[in-house]
Amino acid sequence: MPDSFPPDSVGLAVPEVHHFTEPLELSCGRRLASYELVVETYGELNAARSNAVLICHALSGNHHAAGFHSVDDAKPGWWDDYIGPGKPIDTRYFYVVCLNNLGGCHGSTGPRAINPETGMRWGKHFPPLRVRDWVLSQARLADRLGIEQWAAVIGGSLGGMNAMRWALEYPARVRHCVVIASALKLTAQNIAFNEIARRAIRSDPDFRDGDFAEHGVVPRNGLALARMVGHVTYLSHALMGQRFGRELRSGSFARGLEVPVEFKVESYLHYQGDKFAESFDANTYLLITKMLDYFDLAREYGDDPAAAFRTARARFLVVSFTSDWRFAPQRSEEIVQALVAANRDVAYACIDSDMGHDAFLLPNARYEKLLRTYMNRVAETC
Amino acid sequence: MLRVDLDIVRRWIAPGSRVLDLGCGDGELLRVLMDSRGVEGYGIEIDPEKITHCVARGVNVIEADVDQGLTDFPDKSFDTVLMANSMQVLRRPDHAIAEMLRVGQECIVTFPNFGNIRTRLFLAAWGRMPVTRQLPYQWYDTPNIHFCTVQDFEALCRERSIRVLHREFVAEQFPDRLLKGVWSNLFSATAIYHLAK
Repeated sequence: MPDSFPPDSVGLAVPEVHHFTEPLELSCGRRLASYELVVETYGELNAARSNAVLICHALSGNHHAAGFHSVDDAKPGWWDDYIGPGKPIDTRYFYVVCLNNLGGCHGSTGPRAINPETGMRWGKHFPPLRVRDWVLSQARLADRLGIEQWAAVIGGSLGGMNAMRWALEYPARVRHCVVIASALKLTAQNIAFNEIARRAIRSDPDFRDGDFAEHGVVPRNGLALARMVGHVTYLSHALMGQRFGRELRSGSFARGLEVPVEFKVESYLHYQGDKFAESFDANTYLLITKMLDYFDLAREYGDDPAAAFRTARARFLVVSFTSDWRFAPQRSEEIVQALVAANRDVAYACIDSDMGHDAFLLPNARYEKLLRTYMNRVAETC
Repeated sequence: MLRVDLDIVRRWIAPGSRVLDLGCGDGELLRVLMDSRGVEGYGIEIDPEKITHCVARGVNVIEADVDQGLTDFPDKSFDTVLMANSMQVLRRPDHAIAEMLRVGQECIVTFPNFGNIRTRLFLAAWGRMPVTRQLPYQWYDTPNIHFCTVQDFEALCRERSIRVLHREFVAEQFPDRLLKGVWSNLFSATAIYHLAK
């Protein structure tokens, strides 16, 4: 059966659930008595345990980064273009770990899970999280998997923030840190888009003040609207023009309003929104967008990012994309300048792409070659 | 970069110092300086292929356009700012040198000397823009848009009150190597300047 997977695929991916009973002290002062993390791994951990790579997902990501859950799967994991045998993050050399983070809604402990203390769903009562809480939970997972030090921690967008936080919280446990389309902190414009999305969710009558699950409903409209707004900001002006232009999916201007006109871009956004509303949890969306808004790498370092990076020991690769206006190249360049001021090793490339913020997930010859070249260096030190 | 040029540049860089290399190319010079002088080096490069080469060599490289200035770099944040054989491709070499002197305590600039006898003879004899071994381009496809001679560069340093700490001249061919000591502007192929404000 695995013969039917593409040869450069990791093939069948089997999620594993890891249960943790040591309480997790959270940044907000509350604690999780126990929790579960859903994890996928690809490749083999070598005898020296030196070839482990952690993949950090972004806002709507999950543990399924590569491969297929069955031969019938229409699509592989969310970063399959970059993870696999012969791909930039080459599973012939690396042991790749990807998990659904705490607070998520794809199997790890989050708002959809049952709070063991109450026997009820966490829902809106799930404690607020910070990126450092993710790092702490990921460090526990690394302990569980026998990984003392990551060869690399890699992430895009929110995942890039996660990767940088790793390099600061556990300097001795990260050899390389790959930060893609990310930022030291969100801009006002970025927070504004997140708040529009949150309001869309909260104002859906089916949100029921976060208790939608108890009422057996899902705030589909709110979630879909949140995703539609997000999606527009992840694409570039040029890409939307190329992909959709003003083409119509149905109706025609000639026949007037009897047959309503629908632009291609409208139907695309509705499709994306509705698909997202089917699978994503509204409380998770609120929780994780707040993590993004509150993230500020240098806050506890006197607002000096260079001082923050001086605690890091990792080497860095920073990547941005020309048409990304949600996490613009200037945001990555702020990271790079802080790393230079802190005397850390860094390579930075701004990749020409018209794919907007989504570019970090999509095929791009230069990006692939750069990441492959960097990861080859990482592999040499394993 | 030629071995002789490199040896001269290396002499002027203190072990363990912080070095910024503008137009660092494939990172060869920085790699040598890292390995032989233990410098903390960063390169700036605009060419995607060359950036990938730097990454393959494990050389710190930052994608940026030197013509846009070094505004992201604080004053005196490097011991030495280098520019090896890149000045002539810039839109405003004078601005770049001013930026180098702002960001670095000291600067090193190397450039092909357009006042070289071979260039002069080429132009005089054929009446056409010189195409030499060192400068193999036609006028229409050359990336080199701002050539200067040793005399020109000396004049710029005087006008802008730039201190010349050292100057060295490199010639490739036999008689030139002897004569460059006397007539540097005529016989050197490459000029190497060590500058400070």
